[in-house]
Amino acid sequence: MQVESFQYDNKTVRNFAIATIIWGVVGMTVGLWVALQLVFPTVLNLQPYFNFGRIRPLHTNAVIFAFVGNAMFMGIYYSLQRLLKARMFSDVLSTIHFWGWQLIIVAAAITLPLGFSTAKEYAELEWPIDIAITLIWVVFGFNMFATIIKRRERHLYVAVWFYIATFVTVAVLHLVNSFELPVTLFKSYSWYAGVQDALVQWWYGHNAVAFFLTTPFLGLMYYFLPKAANRPVFSYKLSIIHFWALIFLYIWAGPHHLLYTALPNWAQSLGIVFSFMLIFPSWGGMINGLLTLRGAWDKVREEVVLKFMVVAVTAYGMSTFEGPMLSLKSINAVAHFSDWIIAHVHIGGLGWNGMLTFGILYWLIPRIYKTQLYSKKLANIHFWLATLGILFYAIPMYWAGWQQVSMWKQFTPSGQLKYQFLETVTYMAPFYAMRALGGALYLTGAIIGMVNYFKTIGQGTLQANEEAQAPALEKAYTRHHGEHWHRWIERRPTPFLLLSLVVILIGGLVELVPTFLVKSNIPTISSVKPYTPLELQGRDIYTREGCYTCHSQMIRPFISETERYGEYSKAGEFVYDHPFQWGSKRTGPDLAREGAGNLKKSNTWHYNHLEEPNAISTGSVMPSYSFLIDHNLDTSTTPLKINAMRTLGVPYAADYASKANQDLMIQAKGITDDLNKDGIKVPPNKEIIALIAYLQRLGTDITKK
Amino acid sequence: MGVIVILIIASVLVAGGFLLAFLWSVKTGQMDDDYTPSVRILFEDELIIKKKEIL
Repeated sequence: MQVESFQYDNKTVRNFAIATIIWGVVGMTVGLWVALQLVFPTVLNLQPYFNFGRIRPLHTNAVIFAFVGNAMFMGIYYSLQRLLKARMFSDVLSTIHFWGWQLIIVAAAITLPLGFSTAKEYAELEWPIDIAITLIWVVFGFNMFATIIKRRERHLYVAVWFYIATFVTVAVLHLVNSFELPVTLFKSYSWYAGVQDALVQWWYGHNAVAFFLTTPFLGLMYYFLPKAANRPVFSYKLSIIHFWALIFLYIWAGPHHLLYTALPNWAQSLGIVFSFMLIFPSWGGMINGLLTLRGAWDKVREEVVLKFMVVAVTAYGMSTFEGPMLSLKSINAVAHFSDWIIAHVHIGGLGWNGMLTFGILYWLIPRIYKTQLYSKKLANIHFWLATLGILFYAIPMYWAGWQQVSMWKQFTPSGQLKYQFLETVTYMAPFYAMRALGGALYLTGAIIGMVNYFKTIGQGTLQANEEAQAPALEKAYTRHHGEHWHRWIERRPTPFLLLSLVVILIGGLVELVPTFLVKSNIPTISSVKPYTPLELQGRDIYTREGCYTCHSQMIRPFISETERYGEYSKAGEFVYDHPFQWGSKRTGPDLAREGAGNLKKSNTWHYNHLEEPNAISTGSVMPSYSFLIDHNLDTSTTPLKINAMRTLGVPYAADYASKANQDLMIQAKGITDDLNKDGIKVPPNKEIIALIAYLQRLGTDITKK
Repeated sequence: MGVIVILIIASVLVAGGFLLAFLWSVKTGQMDDDYTPSVRILFEDELIIKKKEIL
């Protein structure tokens, strides 16, 4: 058999590695910043661009898509070529993929602080960037599949399967969740409304965890852990079972983010069952990873790469134990909306993704630079800072999260809620500080790691094209005369599968979604009416400022919640909410009925509170929004927005767009007149008026007869 | 709750796609050997370079 000579492309791997290191430090620095904003809210919230609500999405997007994303591509480009015994299909595509992804990240870093946000968690980027992501993702997928087709190794190692699953599923998730109607260049409305939007969002959100943070990294684990330990994986058979079981179970788990909400019960139960079953493949994978080191634990003591990987796999085991537990209704009832969840995701993020990435970098950089690691000692310091950082981060958050929920739920013997919400906020202060310390330790480790990586790069020379040899792939099948046409398809299952999937999905969605969803938006509660133009503009300020990062709009049917926030939320109340704003975290109180019942406050209260929250609620961690008093409301967009909402099925009258701004001014004047009575002089065309109008509207519909 | 139908269609398509891939992989013998692939990935690149030096 002919042995072919070829070269591996290490340059693209190097590029992704450097991007991983730099974006990692950037994303974690922003993370530390948002953590400290909760400790020093008046000092570190620099409005408007660097308020918590705009910066937290920057942190999550940076660490997920920039740090973990680049790390994933680095690992895939390195291992895929070697597993398939082939150079990446096209250097041009690799280059486009790399620079395209970096441009997307830069676009995100600019647009998020500017307030361009869809206000859907982990999918905040606006529609032009969504399109760019789609294109670059296709470039990546095409490059990968073309490499698979021209491979020299017939067997697809389990890691390759994980990469394929990652590509296919993320593509589908991104397409479905990003279905939005552009209003202006940087503003769009989610095509879905209310409960529908919530379901799509968390179907996406959970699977983003599954197929962006988990499956690619499991693929990397199955390649880099055996390589670093120089031992075969404990059980290859288990890895195959692990893969197929995991991907078949994961896609159904999304509804566990919406337990006790207005989502139908059967959908909740489906989500719970699949979430619980997930513990089996997840732990199968963890055990497989750890047992790979059986008889080699002495190496773990010596080899810093393995130390990182062991902590990573252990953290994977912990968070995939916690995940199924948190999906159980009784536990979810307690933990949801609390800081417990923040600890949970950081065990996964800092532990699993972070530690595995650092371990791979320590293994890979000396290899492609044909040199030794600059300093083993610094790497060990990095390891200990990172490990301790995770503990200092997670333990205070677990503890405080539990306390926080207990305080939310506690009643006095006479049946009153024992604590004001604000008391639970001030209680959290020392724990938020401890968490920031944990984050600072982890970041310090990452910076030491960065120095170590760059010193290593400095002392070596990149082997941009690494020589390799392998025999050509033997044709397994030769076409014989008179065979059926479909044999061609059977021999090319992967591209065919992909093609048909994409075609069916796009066709199906384009046809189904508009008719289907617009019809199902017909309200089931007749008193629920569309937002007035001023409220709609106010709502867009609410989404722009990322209020959902701290405030939920979903009152669950628990006595502790209905006592505090009022009547529990009904599905029919959200039919005009493009996008939904249920939120996932209560750093501040729920706002679903902010304008109704006991929670109703005066316009003056809202004005003063938005201007300086701490002056009204001592100890509040909310940033000041005084800039809304200076900013003029852009009313030129009102007709566009009304028309967009009409397209989405919101029943405004056909010619309402042209009259909307008159109504807007009348309502705004009403609010300013009211503020005037309390001596507050403010023109009606300011953004704060629109936001107050929206807040006063929240939850009022069902109280109207 | 119309959107559930769309999500189920999308999820079933993904799952169905994986099912086809699984059947294909079984049929073409991808799963026949459940030991050597784990060892094979450990033998790589560096060896080839040494061989070249000898030549």
